[in-house]
Amino acid sequence: MAEARVGVVTFPGSLDDRDALRAVAFMGGEPVAVWHQATTLDGVDAVILPGGFSYGDYLRTGAIARFAPVMAAVQEFASGGGPVLGICNGFQILCEAGLLPGALIRNRGLAFVCRWIHIRSEGLPGSADAPRGEVLHIPVKHGEGQFVASAEELERIESEGLVAFRYCSAEGMVDERFNPNGATHGIAGVRNEAGNVLGMMPHPEHAVDPDLGPTGGQHVLEWLLAAARARVGAVT
Amino acid sequence: MTSAPSPEPLHRALGMTDEEYAAAVDKLDGREPNRTELAMFAAMWSEHCSYKSSKVHLRTLPTEGPQILVGPGQDAGVVDVGGGTACVFKIESHSHPSAIEPYQGAATGVGGIIRDILSMGARPAALLDPLRFGPLDDPRNRYLFSGVVAGIGGYGNCIGVPTVGGEVKFAACHGPNPTVNVLCLGFAKADRVQVGRRGGEGNVLVLIGAATGRDGIGGVSVLASRTIEEDAHESRPSVQIGDPFAEKLLVEACLELADRGLLWGIQDLGGAGLTCAMSESAARAGVGADLDLDAVPLREPGMEPFEILTSESQERMLAIVRPEDAEAVEEVCTRWGLRASRIGKLRGGSVLVVRHGGEVVARLPARALADEGPEYDRQHEPPSGLARLREEDPADAPAPASLEDAFLEVLGSPGVASMRWVYEQYDSLVQGGTVLGPGADASVIRLEGTIRAVAVSTDGNGRFALLDPYLGGAHAVAEAARNVATAGARPLAVTNCLNFGNPERPEVMWQFAEAVRGMGAACRALGTPVTGGNVSFYNESGDSAVYPTPVVGVVGLLDDYRLLVRHAFPSGGLSIYLLGRTLPELGGSQYADVLLGNVTGKPPALDLDAEAALHRFLYDCARQDHLASAHDCSDGGLAITLAESAIAGGVGFTVASPEPSLPAHVALFSESASRVVVTVRPGRESEFESLAGFHSVPYSRLGLTGGSRLRFEGAFEVDLSDALVVFEGAIPSRMAGERVAG
Repeated sequence: MAEARVGVVTFPGSLDDRDALRAVAFMGGEPVAVWHQATTLDGVDAVILPGGFSYGDYLRTGAIARFAPVMAAVQEFASGGGPVLGICNGFQILCEAGLLPGALIRNRGLAFVCRWIHIRSEGLPGSADAPRGEVLHIPVKHGEGQFVASAEELERIESEGLVAFRYCSAEGMVDERFNPNGATHGIAGVRNEAGNVLGMMPHPEHAVDPDLGPTGGQHVLEWLLAAARARVGAVT
Repeated sequence: MTSAPSPEPLHRALGMTDEEYAAAVDKLDGREPNRTELAMFAAMWSEHCSYKSSKVHLRTLPTEGPQILVGPGQDAGVVDVGGGTACVFKIESHSHPSAIEPYQGAATGVGGIIRDILSMGARPAALLDPLRFGPLDDPRNRYLFSGVVAGIGGYGNCIGVPTVGGEVKFAACHGPNPTVNVLCLGFAKADRVQVGRRGGEGNVLVLIGAATGRDGIGGVSVLASRTIEEDAHESRPSVQIGDPFAEKLLVEACLELADRGLLWGIQDLGGAGLTCAMSESAARAGVGADLDLDAVPLREPGMEPFEILTSESQERMLAIVRPEDAEAVEEVCTRWGLRASRIGKLRGGSVLVVRHGGEVVARLPARALADEGPEYDRQHEPPSGLARLREEDPADAPAPASLEDAFLEVLGSPGVASMRWVYEQYDSLVQGGTVLGPGADASVIRLEGTIRAVAVSTDGNGRFALLDPYLGGAHAVAEAARNVATAGARPLAVTNCLNFGNPERPEVMWQFAEAVRGMGAACRALGTPVTGGNVSFYNESGDSAVYPTPVVGVVGLLDDYRLLVRHAFPSGGLSIYLLGRTLPELGGSQYADVLLGNVTGKPPALDLDAEAALHRFLYDCARQDHLASAHDCSDGGLAITLAESAIAGGVGFTVASPEPSLPAHVALFSESASRVVVTVRPGRESEFESLAGFHSVPYSRLGLTGGSRLRFEGAFEVDLSDALVVFEGAIPSRMAGERVAG
């Protein structure tokens, strides 16, 4: 079977792009670097928008990156059902691009926070590896990761089951004490209605290699690679 | 009627003495320098750029060893870490700007040191930040502390270089003058390291990055080479403004230029801006240069030549490229969205010729600026009163009424307590190389694609250096190297940042000379040569100078990072050993500072041969995987060291006194040097003990890990959970409500 090819987009100011490429390779996928000025995705089977401070995030996080030439191709890829994972700044960009609901604002504590935390999977579509309730040990590192949405949108997110992850204790209990940024309803990640676009503040690419620490990120990348392989299979 | 006082001569306003002015005239063969030339001399001959008071002493430091690829004199030192990889590292201070404007001062300090690493052709891979502030009960100190931490995070986080360590200490003398040091290390292929080359006539000077503005003019001469007085806020325009996004692009563009072999040379723009970059590049190459200021992109119109030449606008690099490569260089920069401007070229001879509006505005020898600055062997003598201070031994003071209370007070003192509040504001994970991040003795970064890793630690004890600067300098080296060895690595080399008061005062100069002498002795004994560093003088205001603070960074090599030894107790039932001897040494200790409110007595003695043997033993222990944990014994002594390992592992312990002949408080809080607390893997005790005997390292078996209490037999015991609250709560409770600056 052909290897699943996963594109990782580098915007000016992307920081965790090389880490995402390395994590894809570690998990058995074929990493493909994608430049922000590209107008096609070169036939990749999945896309990662990595963490960082695209364009310095001097305006509003992700607000400029969503207009990068590559984003038109990402939009098209996503609307065709292609799996897209936005991590941290990538999540912020997906929200700005309208591919995911809600928005990310400054942490309630006002300071940047880098910390190993736990998140509870609320069920990733099509994944056997991270069933509902599984607790992942994974790091966050962001200054603007507080998930917010309007009352109606929040109602829709919850009722349609679009919450992918919530901050929780090591045992899986969702409580404000374990919420690093004040996110509404402890939301750490959301997905779109079709289930192919996932955005999250925690960094799965920094939690795959057991030599460096816990490996809660493996589940997320396994989901992405499984979705990508399904497309490889569908095409061939 | 009285006539107006005659105006101060310009050279004095720029910080030059009359003698230095005369020397400058001499360099121009008797011609008086014009305004522009004078500004260039003033910047390059400032204390900050010329090291005029320090170099006579720095020259005595050992700088050679088989592991050293590049020693002092370049932008950063380079050591061989095997497999064709070079580790480039350097430490610098940005204390003066941070005292005036903490967020931008600290942020641009990070930016500056990153460009130093970049200018050696290396990818910056880790940052460490040793910091000193005044006590946190003063709101101004809290403002400086939170602003500096936010500035370091704001810049480092946005540029994608992990901040993996450092230390923070507090003392009243650092209130008016906080000490802000930053160490950066990076990696390059050993055969791609950029070192200044000779010749190169006709090569083009390409200025890459940000436009040049009026920020930071006089940064080196006004800010960094004088004391900070009451009117300090007027110096704010001398503080630079950072743009980490621009620097991130600069890093990627310059690394691509180096990878593609498009660079003949490269130089960062830092202190003294273009003047420094130009004159150092030309002097190193042994040539002259033509510079056209009209080609320098400016942020605002009407800038005068001296402003363009000495502006310290951030995020700029000067590339020296072969004429046929200039176009390719511009293409790479454009791809990264950066300006690249051809501003001049190297020429034969040795003269810098600067043009503006078609006129020659400066013509002077490059070497006169870069290499031929003044040099002083300033008068030095011990401070009066030091002998008396050293006689008052804190070990003679009565024992504390309650050992338990004393323990909790030391554990919760800001110089000992957890710095989680600080390091959680730093991204310590980006780049995916962090094997061991903040909160440990050393930080460990792996070399991509290998099982090797670099361990790095910074240290410096101002109290020790105040009481005995020779020992303070030696201790700084020994402890930083011990931290690296404790993790299982072999210490390789040293970088240092020497933070002192006004060198024109003989007692400050004496402290400096002694500290350098102590560092040199320790570096020789431990086989860790000095690869470079930075001197920060004039850290004083009025009659308050900072502690003499030699901060040392040590880089070491782990052959296999999977054999890394961590400081947490991993489980119960492990034998706890103390390596080294415990003597009644409370002079300059954390205990004496916190409980007795004094900094007196003699600092702990240091036997450098014993220290070296300890490092070799720790290295062998790690390679043979004997140890379950290891933690350097330093601030707060044995009691605090044990508590930190227990808190980190969530496992209690029961121990006996290491030295029953001493009063319990002396044995528990003594800061005797060359000690490490280890736990040994079950069943390895006898191998461990015989290896210790082989290396002649003294050891005593103290007790066992286990339970949920910290039990010091015959003395006191506390709950692990209570200790945790005190240790973790100390900084957050003092900083509650403090808004993050910036």
